Amino acid sequence: MNDIILVNISIITLLLPLFGFGLIIIFSKRFPKLYMAGIGLLIINFFLSVVLLYAKLSNYISQDINFQFTWIDFGNVPVFGNVHIDLGIKIDNITVIMLFVVNLISMLVHIYSLEYMKGDKRFNRYYAYLGIFTFSMIGIVIANNLLMIYIFWELVGLSSYLLIGFWYEKKSAADASKKAFITNRVGDLGMFIGILIVFTTYHTFTFDSIFEQISNGVLPFDSNAWLTATGILIFMGAVGKSAQFPLHVWLPDAMEGPTPVSALIHSATMVAAGVYLSLRIFAMLTADAMLVIAVVGGFTSFLAATIAITQNDIKRVLAYSTVSQLGYMVMAVGVGAFQYAFFHLITHAFFKSNLFLGSGSVIHAMHHEQDMREMGGLRKKMPITYAAFIVSSLAISGIPLTSGFLSKDGLLAGSLAFAHLTGHWLLPTFGFLVALMTAFYMFRLVIMTFHGEPRNKEKYDHAHESPFVMVLPLIVLTTLSLFFWYTPNPVAPEQGWFLSEWVHTPESVVPQETRFDFMKTETEGVTESAVAFSEEYEHAMHWAHIPTLVLSLLLGGLGILFAFLIYHWRKIDPDELAEKLKPAYLFSLNKWYVDEFYEATFISGTLKLSYLLSLFDKYVVDGIVNGTAYVTRVISTISGIFDKYIIDGFVNFTAFLSGLLGLGFRRLQSGRIQTYLVLVIFSLIILLLFFEPF
Amino acid sequence: MDGFPILTLLTFIPVIGMIIVLAMPGKMEKEIKYVTLLSTAIQVILAVILLSNFDYSAGGIFQKDSFQFIEKYKWIEIFGGSWIGTIKIDYFVGADGLSVPMILLTALISFIATLSSWNINKSVKGYFALFLLLDAAMMGVFVSLNFFLFYIFWELMLLPMYFLIGIWGGPRKEYAAIKFFIYTLVGSVFMLLVMIGLYFSATETLANGSKAFSFDFLVLMDKANYLKDGILSPLNPHNLRFIAYIALFIGFAIKIPMFPFHTWLPDAHVEAPTPISVILAGVLLKMGTYGILRISYPIFPQITNDIAWYIGLFGMINIIYGALVALAQKDFKKLIAYSSVSHMGYVMLGMASLTTTGINGAIFQMFNHGTITAMLFLIVGVVYDRAHTRGLYEFGGLANQMPVYTGFVTVAFFAAIGLPSLSGFVSEALVFVGAFGVDTLRTLTMISALGILLGAAYMLWTLQRVFFGQLPEKWKSLTDIDAREYAMFIPLTIIIIFLGVYPSAMLNIMNTSVNTLVEFLSVNIGNISIGGL
Repeated sequence: MNDIILVNISIITLLLPLFGFGLIIIFSKRFPKLYMAGIGLLIINFFLSVVLLYAKLSNYISQDINFQFTWIDFGNVPVFGNVHIDLGIKIDNITVIMLFVVNLISMLVHIYSLEYMKGDKRFNRYYAYLGIFTFSMIGIVIANNLLMIYIFWELVGLSSYLLIGFWYEKKSAADASKKAFITNRVGDLGMFIGILIVFTTYHTFTFDSIFEQISNGVLPFDSNAWLTATGILIFMGAVGKSAQFPLHVWLPDAMEGPTPVSALIHSATMVAAGVYLSLRIFAMLTADAMLVIAVVGGFTSFLAATIAITQNDIKRVLAYSTVSQLGYMVMAVGVGAFQYAFFHLITHAFFKSNLFLGSGSVIHAMHHEQDMREMGGLRKKMPITYAAFIVSSLAISGIPLTSGFLSKDGLLAGSLAFAHLTGHWLLPTFGFLVALMTAFYMFRLVIMTFHGEPRNKEKYDHAHESPFVMVLPLIVLTTLSLFFWYTPNPVAPEQGWFLSEWVHTPESVVPQETRFDFMKTETEGVTESAVAFSEEYEHAMHWAHIPTLVLSLLLGGLGILFAFLIYHWRKIDPDELAEKLKPAYLFSLNKWYVDEFYEATFISGTLKLSYLLSLFDKYVVDGIVNGTAYVTRVISTISGIFDKYIIDGFVNFTAFLSGLLGLGFRRLQSGRIQTYLVLVIFSLIILLLFFEPF
Repeated sequence: MDGFPILTLLTFIPVIGMIIVLAMPGKMEKEIKYVTLLSTAIQVILAVILLSNFDYSAGGIFQKDSFQFIEKYKWIEIFGGSWIGTIKIDYFVGADGLSVPMILLTALISFIATLSSWNINKSVKGYFALFLLLDAAMMGVFVSLNFFLFYIFWELMLLPMYFLIGIWGGPRKEYAAIKFFIYTLVGSVFMLLVMIGLYFSATETLANGSKAFSFDFLVLMDKANYLKDGILSPLNPHNLRFIAYIALFIGFAIKIPMFPFHTWLPDAHVEAPTPISVILAGVLLKMGTYGILRISYPIFPQITNDIAWYIGLFGMINIIYGALVALAQKDFKKLIAYSSVSHMGYVMLGMASLTTTGINGAIFQMFNHGTITAMLFLIVGVVYDRAHTRGLYEFGGLANQMPVYTGFVTVAFFAAIGLPSLSGFVSEALVFVGAFGVDTLRTLTMISALGILLGAAYMLWTLQRVFFGQLPEKWKSLTDIDAREYAMFIPLTIIIIFLGVYPSAMLNIMNTSVNTLVEFLSVNIGNISIGGL
């Protein structure tokens, strides 16, 4: 197989969903069943991505395929010579795996929505939006340069905006969509400035060529600090999109969108794009930048987990859980556990979209009830959904035999090894605490929803297992949450093909002095595939393996145990517990008051400033203009008076005077010829006397 | 194209149309409208012919040989006494990469504005006659290569604009019209003084070997043509070039409009009828920035370099200030007017960079702002035609009532926000790339970038207030857009998307000229201080 065919296939997978979007938007009035075309196109897309995955991993496993073209050519620029902006595609192992995941989940959501969204008056529109989302997401995945990532990044933001606000008649939905877009833009602003720095320094947006120049010692503004800053600025984009603190506030609100959308966009794919971006720029991150990323990720995962514990809306628990897990991935990037960050991204995509689709199934069955306090006992009515929930919850809690165990364990080991090497023990502390909380809130959710007695009898009686098109995706995703897809040995992920053959940590290109000690390479260009950074790091990872395994199992088990103690066996009364820990409980329930803080500072500050400036504009700036006009008018009135009485008076006076003179001279003009004659002769004599011509 | 007077035709086709309109009886309203539509349609066709014959590799700017479609005729040549010498004014028009985008824009916007004028029913004859005169004057500004000719067109445009706002405008039309007129006239006076000063400072050699003062832009750009003691001559150590530059700049800045000279704009927009707002925002504002690039930059390169930072500063103020004030508006049209202030700031920021990417971005932004803002004003017009109000808080839920309209609105709004894949993104990004590359402008650029955040805020908030939520009972009768409105929106939408995906289509037109301009500046500034790409 020729590598250009892979490029062509990837371009087709990019364009098919866009084609579906255009088709549905333009023709859906005439063909109300057009959404079927959208689904059909996605199924084709999925098969294409399978072909890509297979072709890449079997034929080009250690070779990346690049394709690029000139988008804008500035011609012969003075001083700089020929300058052009290129866009292009890079197909490496990460790309094809991501493509597979995006297309698979998108396809499943397309199918699932057939039933879930049935009867919606904008059914076709919904599929159009799913199409443009898939298009944008694939664009991010296949891009080989920062500009193209930014372009599709914003388009993903647009599709997210459209889908969160899909039911825009609801004010909360419209608010949430606006909030999501603007919050994301805050992050994108940083990312954009980062990209500007990159282009100003390297005159290109393409990753490979940027990395090459960095490794040759070309730095932004010739300083290591700016290299760090560039990394952090670009990472800000990820902070927005992956809902990291302090920009995490939009994601829970985004749950206003239809639940399948939450499964596709706000858990599995779009929000993972931030992590994906961080992985793409991994090679150019300095130690300082990585530390910042790790701390942001670690803190976010902790913050979100503490909030998830007390939420009662089933989707909100999952939303905060998503934020928390994304924090995990980001932290993994920061601590250098590149492989596990990506691994967790993939496993999380499957089990979290499974959880969301499962919750959609529950919500569907409960007639759009999302409050867990109204649920209970559903496992008998919805066995498949229940099974899906159990498997996914075990996965996210990191229990062996699941995929989540593999990735989460490695990720935590990475943070422990990192702490061991650098002394930042706070990060693994966050990590393990979150592991405990995750297991707890997930089983709290499962128990409140599926176990015990039904709390709302009426809704319970109407509940039923969802139809086949909704259950099928659950089954697929549930199996994908098990270990055997990734490794033959359920406790040793590093032995599996996923980590040992498919995903490798890229070599850092930043100057040696800006790296962590464990990432320094003695001779450049030597990185064995088995060794991520250095022997030292391998030893640390080896050292961290057993303690992590034991500790995470212990904490996961403990979390589940607590959940059962409190919510199932009722050994401890949750309300009493909440009462006892009231300040902490309220703090968690109110999401650390972050929204309120933003509302009181940035939002109202901006609005006040804007209001003041509009007054300033109206009364000061325009006031000066109108004042000038007024003064001019006053002056002109005064000069008018002056004109009328003084100037004109003078003129009139002159006229009067000449009239008077005329009166005198009138006598001369008598009309009598003899008088004229006398005058002429008299004048002549005077003239002659005067000029003396003779 | 040799000998075919395409630029003259572009400029004077509307005049012919105007004469026909004037000759027709006022009762033939429909026919008058069709004559206007035909004139502007011919203009569009001519503009396309112009584009297809345009040589992308010719620079223009200061090189007479590489201007295209040149027409140069003796217009006025009289002997004015021994110390004035020969007064010689040429009819001199030509096009380069700087003017072609503006010519295309003018033709396009005039055509769209004609469609948008279809509902005008008050003294139709007068309206369309003035409209066509306005069209001709605008086109004239963009093709003139002689300062005198430029000035005549510049002033000529004021007159119809004054009446179009003052007669066909809203409740405070007289106030807005006079404010617009006087404000612009003040700028024109400055320009006139500078023009005369330049005239007496440089000479060109006539065919008979004698020397004569000159209004020719290209003559004025060449240092060698200046007299030793000319008041605005760079050779004169006591010249007044700096003051002249500022005076000229203010003349242009009023048109842009640059803070603090912008307050005529919201008033003019709010009172003007929709098509006139479209022309105002779509074309007129660009004359300011075009004038700076065409006249101030190449005639005063050194001062341009000295002052560039301040142009960038005011660009930044426009961006941030305009966006913040827009956020506080309650009138749909006023909000769009202030968004114009903000978006024109990007043009200034890009120009200030004096770099290829920045100036490319600036001119591209001029074009894109023309199409996007024209569409935004049309959007306001559609809802105002139906509801007779523009209060943002009076609406809600229009998305369900007018779905197709809302679709176009979404495209236009997101284009204004600078969403990639729509044209506004590319120009804004290029402006930022250009300005960021210059050391001195870097901080300004970073602050300006906040504009893309604020832009999203006021646009999305508007989208929510007008189109989302519940539909108030009183708007249940609003109808979706009709065929004529489709005809206005579709070309603009296609252009916005096309240029967003394939910006080179426009950038290639201007590229060589921009490089020529940058090269010319860097050579004339002496030390090459061009900071970035």
